Amino acid sequence: MRPAVITGEHYITGDEACAEGALAAGCKFFGGYPITPATEIAEHMSKCLPEVGGTFIQMEDEIAAMASIIGASWAGVKSMTSTSGPGFSLMMENIGLAVSTETPCVVVNVQRAGPSTGLPTMGAQGDMMQARWGSHGHYEIIALAPSSAQEMFSQTITAFNLSEKYRTPVLLMADEVIGHMSEKVIIPEAKEIITASRPRPKGEKEGFMPFQPGESGVAPMPSAGDGYKIHVTGLTHDERGYPVMTVEAQAQMMERIVKKIRDNRDDIIMTESYQLDDAEIILVSYGISARTSLSAMNQARALGMKVGFLKLLTIWPFAEEKVRELAKKTRAFITVEINYGQIHLEVMRSSAGMAECHLVGHAGGTVITPEQVLNRIKEVY
Amino acid sequence: MKFLGEPYDTDVIKIAKGRVVIIEERCKGCGYCIEFCPRSVLAFSKGFNKKGYHLPVAQNPNECVNCHYCEIICPEFAIFSEVHTISKL
Amino acid sequence: MAAEIQSSQPEIVHPLDHLIRTDRIPHIWCPGCGIGTVFSACLKAMISSGIDLEKTCMVSGIGCTGRGAGYLNLDSFHTTHGRAIPFATGLKLANPELNVIVFSGDGDLFAIGGNHFIHGARRNVDMTVICVNNLIYGMTGGQVAATTPVNAKTTTTQLGNPDAPFNLPLLAWASGANYVARWTMLHIRKLTACIEKALTRSGFSFIEVLAPCPTNYGRKNKEKSLETLKLYRDRTIIKNNVDPSELDMDFEKEIILGEFVSRERPTCIENYDRTCRIP
Repeated sequence: MRPAVITGEHYITGDEACAEGALAAGCKFFGGYPITPATEIAEHMSKCLPEVGGTFIQMEDEIAAMASIIGASWAGVKSMTSTSGPGFSLMMENIGLAVSTETPCVVVNVQRAGPSTGLPTMGAQGDMMQARWGSHGHYEIIALAPSSAQEMFSQTITAFNLSEKYRTPVLLMADEVIGHMSEKVIIPEAKEIITASRPRPKGEKEGFMPFQPGESGVAPMPSAGDGYKIHVTGLTHDERGYPVMTVEAQAQMMERIVKKIRDNRDDIIMTESYQLDDAEIILVSYGISARTSLSAMNQARALGMKVGFLKLLTIWPFAEEKVRELAKKTRAFITVEINYGQIHLEVMRSSAGMAECHLVGHAGGTVITPEQVLNRIKEVY
Repeated sequence: MKFLGEPYDTDVIKIAKGRVVIIEERCKGCGYCIEFCPRSVLAFSKGFNKKGYHLPVAQNPNECVNCHYCEIICPEFAIFSEVHTISKL
Repeated sequence: MAAEIQSSQPEIVHPLDHLIRTDRIPHIWCPGCGIGTVFSACLKAMISSGIDLEKTCMVSGIGCTGRGAGYLNLDSFHTTHGRAIPFATGLKLANPELNVIVFSGDGDLFAIGGNHFIHGARRNVDMTVICVNNLIYGMTGGQVAATTPVNAKTTTTQLGNPDAPFNLPLLAWASGANYVARWTMLHIRKLTACIEKALTRSGFSFIEVLAPCPTNYGRKNKEKSLETLKLYRDRTIIKNNVDPSELDMDFEKEIILGEFVSRERPTCIENYDRTCRIP
């Protein structure tokens, strides 16, 4: 029998590190479906979850996988699933259900080149806009992007914490390169790992309103079987959870769902800054491309060019304020991502014409090399 | 009730007499209780409720034996029967 | 001119009111719709079965029957179209103490949800699935369903349905369900006893209940709801333990009702605990 936290130094793949992060965060349910390159997360969870008192189930498809983790979350446990592009598309309807019913859960997308079946074993970063807008309707979502096996471990824990704190699904947007790469991962002592759990209701069960936000802007969440007699529906609902088919109820519900993310951007948005103070060109990147960018920045600096790097740990909500602030001081941004320009659009939008915006990207299937980035830096400088 | 000979269990068998209670605002006038009451207790009333549905009304209340069939067939939770009196055979 | 009944009724409490969200009654189902009756039978069975109601929850999908969960005054979940069973699977596996009832319609469970039904039954997840079969997609205005009889008129088969409907008990039995039964909403006492039995049995229990849809199926096929109920009375026969392959629905001949499958395959959780957990 193994503990949930296997403290120590490990040499493992990003996928396995992600599973270890989930176990360390207290995940007790995994409903999954195999898909390259995320299958290893499911495989590792299938072996380890029963040993820590959790349950693993391979469902019949990704739609069922997503539905099952929402059900498990309402039974009171931390739940997650993992997939790649084609499965991510299938999960979208139920991600919308999780958003609307304010259900905490984590969805890992180990991205591969698309569209459609694409290149199953080769990485890309083409699902970033889908992460933001993939489900129908207008909503807010939290998405993180790990750039190493170590971050696969730590960002998975962060994903669980954010999902529990804000009662929202959180998407972990990894990519095949990070997922399949083996690296050293240091897992700390269990007592050093900070975990969060959903706010629980206190007080009267009679007349309890499961969607009435508390002071934090997030409603306390009872579990099925606790005796609160809650009704949870994907229809537009009021604080009681009852479906109400009016324009006013829609506005009120949307306000509640959207506000809790928008009001807490400072808590949710995480970035890392590298040599930004005097930078004339700032690289913006995430995931595996963040490592490319860091290398390119160092090489550029060695050649005497004033280049900085803004690494995005949180992709959504987008670090708009940070980029806008930087746009006032710097001359140009170069977004580095394995697609034809998705976060690039956000950088363009946020910089509001105050800085040039360039893109180093390609259709996918392999990484972007530091040379490719350095060449563009040289062109733009 | 007249018998040819007195049954041995006349002291034990009791016939319930029921009373039908109708929650008017819930009724949607489907007529199932009226149609399927085994004792033909109910019939459509001439009046109607706020939504315009014709309600059932107990036209033969003395026939009701509290069998609950109207209660269980009603899709609207709008009618139930309860014990009125219990009398011997 | 008939007069509106002006009676100020004091607060009357229906015997099932404690299990209904009375602030949402009258419900949305049409006059003559059978769903309310099946729902009422389900509530009665829940009480008489003696299961812990605080630990009981109902999961439904989308459609008229799917609205049922919204009227139950217990933990209830109105999920996405067709996905009630995987949602219920997640609930049950994460907390095996919960009693899970899936209350949904034929379109939701067998068309879009067909695959999930098959796997729920195959795994024998411990839940009770009540399918109200009104032979049509009611909520969206009366389109053809996987259970619509041949030649029936619907809005998407205006010249008559060309396809054969499912034999639901056969599907449930073939997929592995522990308990399979079929009733109509007219056979309420048998239905209530059947639901009570299903709630106390372990494994995947499936009950198909025929009910009229007077507004959509009935109007298009010239069948008033009372006529449908008379069909249920006159053209059905109760034959328990018949081979499920003989249970095709043919209103021209006779519909067979009863309990058809009653077995004791181990449940999903029993299998998982035995195989995947290290003792």
